[in-house]
Amino acid sequence: MATVLSRLALLQPRTLAEALRLLRDEGPLVPLAGCTDLYVGLHFGTVRQPRFLDLQGLRALGGIRLSGETLVIGALATYAELIASPLVRRRLPILAEASRWVGSPQIQNRGTLGGNVANASPAGDTLPVLAVAEATVVLRSADGERRIPFNGFYTGYRQTAMRPDELIVAIEVPPVEGRQWFRKVGTRAAQAISKVVMAAVRAPRPRIALGSVAPTVVRAARTEAVLAERATLAEAQAALMDEIQPIDDLRSTAAYRRRVSANLLAQFWNDTGRRGLLPECS
Amino acid sequence: MRFVLNGKRADVQAPPLKRLLDVLREDCGLAGTREGCGEGECGACTVLLDGAPVNSCLVPLAHVRGRKVTTIEGLRSRVPEALAREGGTQCGICTPGVVMAAAALGQKPNAARVREALAGNLCRCTGYAGIVRALAGSRAAPHPRVLSAGRRITGKRRA
Repeated sequence: MATVLSRLALLQPRTLAEALRLLRDEGPLVPLAGCTDLYVGLHFGTVRQPRFLDLQGLRALGGIRLSGETLVIGALATYAELIASPLVRRRLPILAEASRWVGSPQIQNRGTLGGNVANASPAGDTLPVLAVAEATVVLRSADGERRIPFNGFYTGYRQTAMRPDELIVAIEVPPVEGRQWFRKVGTRAAQAISKVVMAAVRAPRPRIALGSVAPTVVRAARTEAVLAERATLAEAQAALMDEIQPIDDLRSTAAYRRRVSANLLAQFWNDTGRRGLLPECS
Repeated sequence: MRFVLNGKRADVQAPPLKRLLDVLREDCGLAGTREGCGEGECGACTVLLDGAPVNSCLVPLAHVRGRKVTTIEGLRSRVPEALAREGGTQCGICTPGVVMAAAALGQKPNAARVREALAGNLCRCTGYAGIVRALAGSRAAPHPRVLSAGRRITGKRRA
């Protein structure tokens, strides 16, 4: 049976340099790696680009390694690789934890970190983790390399600072001081797109990031400041509910997302405190 | 496109972005791999790619070049008997995918491990209890009502 997929062209470069040249000279091309998101749209005809660039097999985009004190994660690292990586588990355990909550084992075996970042969904499970880790997105084009702070990477709903001739080659994560925390809230444990997803770090200056509560993944800067000033949890919760901008959609409502975000903040604070010294959120 | 299919060399002439699921069913005549949702949600189309379970509806043929693909027809497993014994299969649409996903489980997994490994396999008949029972811990005790084995799917292509 000929489907829409039969008529599409796929360019398969052997090296990163060749891939970047094709992007510059033969574009527009849609890069393709784990296909876990792209193929849903392709099969159902909602993605209509006719030409694709296959990144699978480009060695320069793979691997997880330490460079000095920086954790360097290749764009093609799969969720399964992140879960299994001793480096990730030691330095950024919430990235391994977030990866366990992505889709299912079948999806985790194929989907990539670079894909989650490039896809730019506000609900991407790993994105709040990269936000609190203050990661850097390493981009490459035929003209050279650019590094963009992850927290400045998204410019709007499904919009990024990437140019069409650039590829994500790696995500760099500096050391993270403090206790790391992650939780995703969805309809069920597996195969759910998040209603709210939150990552946080308990440190003198706490870090908090949320997904599915705004057009992009967001750092809750005002809430962080309130917590750093040793205000009460209730004050921090009020700040958080005020600064996020959730919407009603088919997965949840704005009111539910606000309430759950506040509850997650309380859970984070209680889970990571030395004692349960702050009251539960009512 | 050359790859290893169920331990044998395969060479398929098909568009590079054709779904592995369609290649298996249409070009290779292996109809044991089912299509459920077509969007990576249900797991009915699960096959092993270099030993790891993947949704074949989300894999372009280009991505299996030089790699090992294992389908339900090529798997030697005692899981089907265990599923039948424990009431872990009814209509059968999800069952090949369940068997393939279970192939990634180690020996004698506990129920929590089974549930996590099968989190991407939907079953609308059994309520999962029979599936988990079949896969978790010991598989020694036979259920008193053993189902008779259904007709074998031979993998021959139908017109």
